[in-house]
Amino acid sequence: MNKHSSAKKTPFWRDKRVIPILLQVIFAILVVLAGVFFFTNALGSMKQIGLVFGYDFLSKMAQFDIGDKLIEFTSTDTYGKAFIVGILNTIKVAFIGIILATILGFIVGISRLSNNWLAKTVATFYVEIFRNTPLLVQIFIWFYAVFLSLPVIENSINAFGLFFFSNRGTAIPWFDLTSSSLIWLILFLIGIVLSFVVWRVRLKQQVESGKRKFPLYWATATIIISLGITWLITSEYPLLLSVPEIAPRGFIGGYTIGPGFGALLVALVMYTASFIAEIVRGGIMAVSKGQVEAAKALGLKNSTILRLVILPQAIRIIIPPLTSQYLNLIKNSSLAAAVAYQELVGVGITVLSQTGKSIEVISIIILVYLSMSLLTSLLMNIFNKYTQLVER
Amino acid sequence: MKKRLLALLSILLVFSVVLAGCSEEEAVETKSRLDVIKERGKLIGGVNADIPGFGYVASDGSYTGMDIDITRAVAAAVFGDPNAVEFRPLSAEERFIAVQTGEVDVLARNTTQTLSRDASVGLAFAPVTFYDGQGLMVRKDSGIETLEDLEGARISVESGTTTELNLADQMRKLGIDYEPVVFDSQDAAVSAYEQGSADAYTTDRSALVSRKTTLSNPDEHFILDEVLSKEPLAPSVKDGDSQWIDIVSWTVNALVQAEEFEITQANVDTFLDSEVPEIRRFLGVEGDMGEQLGLPADFVYQIIKAVGNYGELYDRHLGPDTVFDLERGQNSLWTDGGLLYSPPFR
Repeated sequence: MNKHSSAKKTPFWRDKRVIPILLQVIFAILVVLAGVFFFTNALGSMKQIGLVFGYDFLSKMAQFDIGDKLIEFTSTDTYGKAFIVGILNTIKVAFIGIILATILGFIVGISRLSNNWLAKTVATFYVEIFRNTPLLVQIFIWFYAVFLSLPVIENSINAFGLFFFSNRGTAIPWFDLTSSSLIWLILFLIGIVLSFVVWRVRLKQQVESGKRKFPLYWATATIIISLGITWLITSEYPLLLSVPEIAPRGFIGGYTIGPGFGALLVALVMYTASFIAEIVRGGIMAVSKGQVEAAKALGLKNSTILRLVILPQAIRIIIPPLTSQYLNLIKNSSLAAAVAYQELVGVGITVLSQTGKSIEVISIIILVYLSMSLLTSLLMNIFNKYTQLVER
Repeated sequence: MKKRLLALLSILLVFSVVLAGCSEEEAVETKSRLDVIKERGKLIGGVNADIPGFGYVASDGSYTGMDIDITRAVAAAVFGDPNAVEFRPLSAEERFIAVQTGEVDVLARNTTQTLSRDASVGLAFAPVTFYDGQGLMVRKDSGIETLEDLEGARISVESGTTTELNLADQMRKLGIDYEPVVFDSQDAAVSAYEQGSADAYTTDRSALVSRKTTLSNPDEHFILDEVLSKEPLAPSVKDGDSQWIDIVSWTVNALVQAEEFEITQANVDTFLDSEVPEIRRFLGVEGDMGEQLGLPADFVYQIIKAVGNYGELYDRHLGPDTVFDLERGQNSLWTDGGLLYSPPFR
């Protein structure tokens, strides 16, 4: 039998163990070849018109200014620093946008399932309108019809003397740091940790003893006491409120949100939240009805059912699609160039047309978005793992 | 087994065909630009669609303006037909990529000639067709009269332009703190200025004059006297094809030389039997000027017949009969004290 099989040994191209590997190797080689071909082709045609591939332009002087910036930037800084300013602006709009879109999305999503007719109808209209129109159109509408149509600065709309709305930006009260802000922050964080510990301890005692131990009151008291101690140590306010005032060409004090940033942020939040709302609604509806009925049978309040029974189960279904909405929001922020908010792509385009380094600039933009998206996915995956059902 | 082998082979075949196809395209790239255009049967010109007088889409959907006519002149030189041209409206950011990739044959889109665009962006410039300078437009009631008054102002500007850089340079020189508001299209930049979101709008002075006419109340705005920079606007092509840049350059020179000879669209035919040797050579009645460029002998005649001379172009789009009424100034012939000067057709 041994002899027989060796004589009729299967040739490798018929071997079921070899073929899949072989095909994958061939596929990989083809992909690499295609990549190499495109790259050398691009280099070749660049050479034809006398262009040199390279990133050394990043250390050259930028010679242009950027309006919105989180760090100091002047026209004598380098292109590299200009990119960093752009990346920070992207992170700023993405970070604030994700937080606001999540809050709004959850509120609307839950409202859509509410028994309140008005809340349900408003939420449905909102979702259908914002989910079904193109984002760029929405950004233009917010920019031209809302933010640029606000009155000129002299006649700004004034709310309580704290908020000013003008077509040159929206000014909101902001805080100025004092010398002891850092100490306040550290002691406040310690206070939060302490109060959390106290809350856990009291809650445990309550569960074990079966008597009310008021864990929430205890925790609040801990924070208040820690703040009091901080006050005694520093004898200074942590932050000073700075209220905006109208000056001829802008606002003094407070924090000014430019019309471009405002339009982009509002548009991104409204658009993404409409998708998140649907994801939340789907997640909640996927929780089996028996769970709610069982909770009701135990006599739990509606709010308690939502908080302790429905959401913890729904969140497991919500997180994966939620992650892709976050990624969409980050990538959609690149539409900002249309409304003069200089984030990564806006700065990139300026650099590109000043240096002519198209391939290099585009590759930087791709790389930054890729790493931001991968980082967001990673964080969300960690969170996802944490919320998954732990089998006991 | 045979099936699988067949499949494998066919995949390889497809790939080799694809690769072969690519290398064939590479061969096309090395063909001269003139041959590519002739084969295609029409010229592709990258132009502006936003600036009246230079490049603008008229109400009937046709393109009109100085730069448009210069592109038409190139088409007339190659094909003897000013309409054998397709226009591609380009934004300031897109224009260089469009030239680099060969998407457009010639770029006539208010583009300032600079060293870095010549050297590192990979463009080749034809002679200057319009000498311009950068200016600033402000509201009359804003109280801004000089650059120094712009402290703390929001200034709207188009991204990817020399304007953006000159503004930064000037403000740095004067030590003025300002906030640039950078838009990716001229319409957006003007609209932000018009609605009062920005205090000033900056671009080339000729474009300011032309944009001012499109504002809802042109009288409420004025252009500062100060000129921020030199902006010589010139058509450009992709670097590396000397025949093609020669053709575009000499098309521009022909427009200027025709004005110097006082040959116009209307009277060009009468010059055909001129006795002056320079004019006979110029119009291709004798000599081989066209041939040397790879063009028909009468290419200059075709250009003038199609669009007229430089002075006619100017008057038609920017002159006293138009809403802009721009002084010729630096854009007069050298014989009139201007900067336009064509090398001899010899």
